Amino acid sequence: MSIKEQIREKLGNKIINWHEHSARRIYFSLKPKDLKEVAKILFKELGLRFATATGIDTPAGIEILYHFSFDRSGEIYSLHVLIEDKKHPEIDSLTTLFPAAEWIEREMWELLGVNFIGHPNLKHLLLIDDWPEGKYPLRHEHES
Amino acid sequence: MSHKVIIPIGPYHPLQEEPEFFRLYVEGEKVVDIDIVIGYAHRGIEELSEHKHFDQVTFLVERICGICSTSHPFAFCLAVEDLAKIEVPERALYIRTIIAEMERIHSHLLWLGLAGHFIGYNTVWMWAWKYREPILDMFEMITGNRNHYAMMKIGGVRRDIKDEDIPVLKKALDDLVPAVDMFKGAVMDDPVIQARLKGIGILTKQQAIDWAVVGPTARASGINIDVRRDDPYGAYDRVSWNVIVEKEGDIFAKTVVRILELYESIGIIRQCLNKMPKGEIDANVKDIPAGEGIGRVEAPRGECFHYVRSDGTNQPIRHKIRAPSYMNVASNKVAAVGQTISDTTITLAAVDPCYCCTERVVVLDKATDKKIMNGWDLIKLSQEKTEKLKKVIADKSEVIG
Amino acid sequence: MNLKLKALTKSIWVFHAACSPCNNCDIEILDLLTPRYDVERFGMLLVGSVRHADALLVTGVPNYKTKERLKKLYEQAPKPCVVVAVGNCACSRIMFRDSYNSPCAVDEVVPVDVYIPGCPPKPEAMISGVVKLINKLQGKK
Repeated sequence: MSIKEQIREKLGNKIINWHEHSARRIYFSLKPKDLKEVAKILFKELGLRFATATGIDTPAGIEILYHFSFDRSGEIYSLHVLIEDKKHPEIDSLTTLFPAAEWIEREMWELLGVNFIGHPNLKHLLLIDDWPEGKYPLRHEHES
Repeated sequence: MSHKVIIPIGPYHPLQEEPEFFRLYVEGEKVVDIDIVIGYAHRGIEELSEHKHFDQVTFLVERICGICSTSHPFAFCLAVEDLAKIEVPERALYIRTIIAEMERIHSHLLWLGLAGHFIGYNTVWMWAWKYREPILDMFEMITGNRNHYAMMKIGGVRRDIKDEDIPVLKKALDDLVPAVDMFKGAVMDDPVIQARLKGIGILTKQQAIDWAVVGPTARASGINIDVRRDDPYGAYDRVSWNVIVEKEGDIFAKTVVRILELYESIGIIRQCLNKMPKGEIDANVKDIPAGEGIGRVEAPRGECFHYVRSDGTNQPIRHKIRAPSYMNVASNKVAAVGQTISDTTITLAAVDPCYCCTERVVVLDKATDKKIMNGWDLIKLSQEKTEKLKKVIADKSEVIG
Repeated sequence: MNLKLKALTKSIWVFHAACSPCNNCDIEILDLLTPRYDVERFGMLLVGSVRHADALLVTGVPNYKTKERLKKLYEQAPKPCVVVAVGNCACSRIMFRDSYNSPCAVDEVVPVDVYIPGCPPKPEAMISGVVKLINKLQGKK
C-alpha cells in the first residue's frame, strides 16, 4: 500500500476535503480536536517527518498548516486546521509528541497569539521578552 | 604529519556582558543543561514579504542568510512555481543546479575552515578559505557578485552562463579536487582529529528523528534524506550522484559527510556543464493566480522550506520560511548535554549554524547560576584539548616506535 | 595612546560588532584575514575584546535584541572609538526599515564615522574604507 493509501485508511473520516494539488503536494483539513491523534499516527506509526507549521491570520479564523514530509516518496502532506475563535485561539501542543514542534509553536504563539495547550515551554523565541502583550506581528489588524 | 598550529588571540569572539545565544549550565566539567536563545537575526522577513511584489521577494529572502543566499530564493521560486504550475525551461534547471552546488561547495569549505579554527587547526582554516576564494571568483564571473548572486527568478534564472565561461568554471573545479583530496587526507586520516571528533557531540538516530533535523546533521546520524533525491527539482534527476550517509552521529561523521559531499557537488556541476542544452532561461511569468504552493531545496545545511499563499494579486498574502538551521540548532538541546566543556564549541558548531550565533555562548555553574566563562574561553579550551591530545598521541607513537 | 598616534604607528585595533546581519558582511570581514587580502599589512588588527578596540566594525540591521547589544559594546569601548558601518544594512537598513522588529538604524544608536556600502561590500571596498579612515586619522587628505 502506498503511503497515500495508508494515510487515507488510518485517518478515515477525520479527513475533510482531501485535495491533491500535484503529485507530491497533498492537502487535507482536520477538526482541531483531531490534530493530536492524527499527528501521532503520521509521526509515530507512519514515520513521516515534521517539516514545519504555517500559521495564517484569515478573516475566518487562525489557520494552521502542519507540513509533514514522507521522504521516501518526496510527498508533503499539509494538515489544515481552522481555529475560529480569534479572541482566544488555542489548540493542542504537539511538542510532547515530538520535540521538533517546540520552537515553531512558540513562534506561532508570539507572532499570532495562539495558545498551545500543554506546551512545556511557552515563552518568547524570536521577540524580546517584554514585547507588548496583545501585539501580534503576523495578525492583520486592519482587516475587518 | 606535523601541524603548525597558531593559537589565535581570537579576533571575533566578542563576549562581554551581552545577551547570549547559548547558555550552557555545567556541573564541574560537564554540561548538564542548555538554554538556546535565538532572535538575534530576526528581522520580520515573513511579514515584509506580504508587502512586496513576488519579484521583490526573491531579493528580500536572499538576505535571510548570506551563506545560503541562493537556497532561500530558490525554494521561494519553487513554491510559487508549484502554486502556479509554472514549467521552468530546461536550460534554467541546469543553471539553477550549478549555482546551488557551487553554493554548497563554498559553504562546506567555509564550515571546514571554522571547524578547523575551533579545534585549533588554523592551517585548515586558512587552506579551506583560500580554496573557497576561486569559487567566489567564479560566482563573480557568472553573476557579478561574490555573494548574493540574484540568479533565481520565478520561472527561471536571471542570467545565462556564457559559453566562454564554461571552460573557466571547469578548470576551477579541476583545481579544487586536489584541495579536497588534501582535506580528506588531513582530516580523515589524522589520529588527533579522530580522537578529537569521534564520539563527541553524538546525535542518535532516534534523537535526529524526534527533533526532525535535516541535511548533513541528519545524514551523519544515519537518516538517509536529501531533498535533491527525494523531491527532485532543478536538474538533480538528470545527473547521477550519491547521497552521503554516515551512522555514528558524532562530529567526525558530520565532517566526513560534508567533505564527501564536496566531491559529489563537483561531479554534479561537471555533468550539468556538459549536458546543459541551449535554449530559453526564463518562462516569462506575468501573473500569479490564487492558490498555495510549497517549495523546498537541499541547502548546504539541509532542507530549506518555503510555503506561499496567493490571492491572485501581485503580493503574497502569506509566506512561511523555515531555514534548515531552525531544526538543527534546536537539536543541540540533546547533542550538547553530557559533553565536557572543552567539546561544546565544536558540538554547537557541528550543525553549521549561522556564524554570528556561534560567537555568543556563555557557561554558567548550574548550582550557583554564576557565569564562569564565555565563548572565547570555550574556543581556547577546545584548542587546548587538541594540543593535549597531540602530545598523548605523539607519546604513544614514540613508545610503539 | 591617542587614535592619531595609533594610526601613525599602524596598529588600529578593530572589533567586529554584529547586529542582525545575514552574515555575508561578517564572512567578508573574516575574509580580510585570509592570505589573499591580509588586512594586517594596512595597519588593521581584528581583536577579540571590545575593551581594546579603537574602531568598531558594525554589520547588520539593529533589531530590538541587538540594538541593546550594540549600545553596550559602544559604551564599553574606550574612547575615542571610531565606528564603521559595514554593508548596506548597517548604513541604511535598506529593505528592513519597515520591519516590525527593526526600531532604528545603526547611526541612531551610535555615532557612525565611516559608511562602507555594499551588499556585501567586497573585501577591497572594506580595505579602501579603512585605509581612508586611517589616512584621515593620520591627518592626511
